[in-house]
Amino acid sequence: MPTAIFTSVEAGFIYALMALGVYLSFRILDFPDLTVDGSFVTGAAVAAVLIVSGVNPFLATGAALLAGFLAGCITGLLHTKGKINPLLSGILMMIALYSINLRIMGKSNVPLLAEETVITKITDFWKSLGIDDGIQAGLAAIGVSNFIPKTWAVIMIMMLLALVIKFVFDWFFKTDLGLAIRATGDNETMVKSFSADTDFLKIIGLGLSNALVAFSGALIAQYNGFSDAGMGIGMIIIGLASVIIGEAVFGAKNIIRATIAVIGGAILYRIIVSLALRVEFLETGDMKLITACIVVSALIFPKILDKQREKKRRKKRLARAQEKDDAAFEERGQSLAAVKTDL
Amino acid sequence: MLLLKRGGKALLQLRQIYKVFNEGTPDEKIALDHVNLDLKQGDFVTVIGSNGAGKSTLMSVISGKIFPDLGVVKVDGKNVTQVSEHRRASLIGRVFQDPMAGTAPSMTIEENMAIAYGRMKKRGMALGVSKKKRSFFKETLENLHLGLENRLEAKVGLLSGGERQALSLLMATFTEPKILLLDEHTAALDPSRAELVTQLTKEIVEKYGLTTLMVTHNMQQALDLGNRLIMMDQGQVIFEAEEQEKEALSVDKLLAEFQRIRGEKMSSDKAILI
Repeated sequence: MPTAIFTSVEAGFIYALMALGVYLSFRILDFPDLTVDGSFVTGAAVAAVLIVSGVNPFLATGAALLAGFLAGCITGLLHTKGKINPLLSGILMMIALYSINLRIMGKSNVPLLAEETVITKITDFWKSLGIDDGIQAGLAAIGVSNFIPKTWAVIMIMMLLALVIKFVFDWFFKTDLGLAIRATGDNETMVKSFSADTDFLKIIGLGLSNALVAFSGALIAQYNGFSDAGMGIGMIIIGLASVIIGEAVFGAKNIIRATIAVIGGAILYRIIVSLALRVEFLETGDMKLITACIVVSALIFPKILDKQREKKRRKKRLARAQEKDDAAFEERGQSLAAVKTDL
Repeated sequence: MLLLKRGGKALLQLRQIYKVFNEGTPDEKIALDHVNLDLKQGDFVTVIGSNGAGKSTLMSVISGKIFPDLGVVKVDGKNVTQVSEHRRASLIGRVFQDPMAGTAPSMTIEENMAIAYGRMKKRGMALGVSKKKRSFFKETLENLHLGLENRLEAKVGLLSGGERQALSLLMATFTEPKILLLDEHTAALDPSRAELVTQLTKEIVEKYGLTTLMVTHNMQQALDLGNRLIMMDQGQVIFEAEEQEKEALSVDKLLAEFQRIRGEKMSSDKAILI
């Protein structure tokens, strides 16, 4: 059980990058971008193929990020210059990417287990620091030695990476360009009237969003040890689930808060899924159904809670008003009685 | 004092603007019928006319939201007839009828100001709200006397309609565009708020000496503001009054004028028909 949660958090930090991408398109640009299902795999495919052919894994991951950026830009072009509906331009790009991904990989699955990847590199680097031994000794000292993860490298480095990306993300959306992108999702007419090219801003926004998604895909491929043509199916819903869960649990008052919420949401989602899969009658194939249920409940529950809170509030107010009425009534009764005795 | 500058070069020139909608169908409508209009530096022109007179189309043609079928639009001497809306917007400030249209609701007041501030520049990686800019925004917001300068980090969506429209007005003007377009910008407000925004409009236009074109349904407002007045009907400018001539006008006189011109026009149409 602790091991399951540990790996969930590990993977959660990597998926958080994808969730940040989805947050950018869905929430900031207000653009339901389905390209994600394809660009996630594009990232994985580009990284995997380059690594297998002997390219430095860091370089390969960078190339994956660029490929995702390109894919997002094309979706943006389809929407802005081709005047295609947002949903449809995303779906078109997703379908097109499926074939492109197969072309990139040359087959439907590229294994990476025997290769040197970003994950093996950071694990080796971490080992050379010797921090693991210290943590392990510490854990043993407090008596939880039965739970010993292989290494803390991935979780620590990925947490660091997610936080760095979060800070860059927060900073970018405070720059002139970032503000204009946010305003484009908020009120397009307004931004246009202040001489901003909303087409360009949308294209850049979608490019950045899919760059993050592809980056996450490339890392997941290296983490899992393979890239597969089908690994992106439903990715958009997973991203959305992370965003919605994060917002519901941690709140999203402003960008800084929202990005931390999205990262938290991505991790929570992983934990929920891994716990759900431990339920006896659920199988791995039920993953997508579980995801759908999580999203539906994350969407509905906050509303029900709000309603109940509102009801309670109203009841309280009613009771208070009643009390006041009663008191006034009594007072009046007494004064009436006083008048009567006077008579 | 800035008004003394009035009468310099023409900042806005419209030549023979013609626009027809649904051409060749039974719904064909000539929205602008060879309209000519010149705004000199510092001119404040109010535009009145009934629904469908072509006022909004005129605004759209100037702002670049739609392109005319015929004719030339020049801003500050540059021919912008085919220049896209957003590129042209570096020269033109706009306030819309809908108080929600001119601001981004989920962003803060200072962030909105930063977007307005970016009108003249290429938007890059510089911080949108730097310390220096913040104090400038604060100072600028004080002109509204609404206390918004103390709520820089409040989301604009939380402001009332009147406050949002006042903010829109300020954002459209503080970068001193060549031309200011006001499209019935007080029509959606309650009377007291409308009065406030009208007053602010007067102050701000005078302060920056902006060349302004304002569409309104309110004849009194059209008379109170500006140094020129034009009346539109059926896609044409049918009446113009300037300076003293405008000052001598009243709502009754305007209505009478409208009736007179319309009546004449109708009878002349009739003459053709017979």
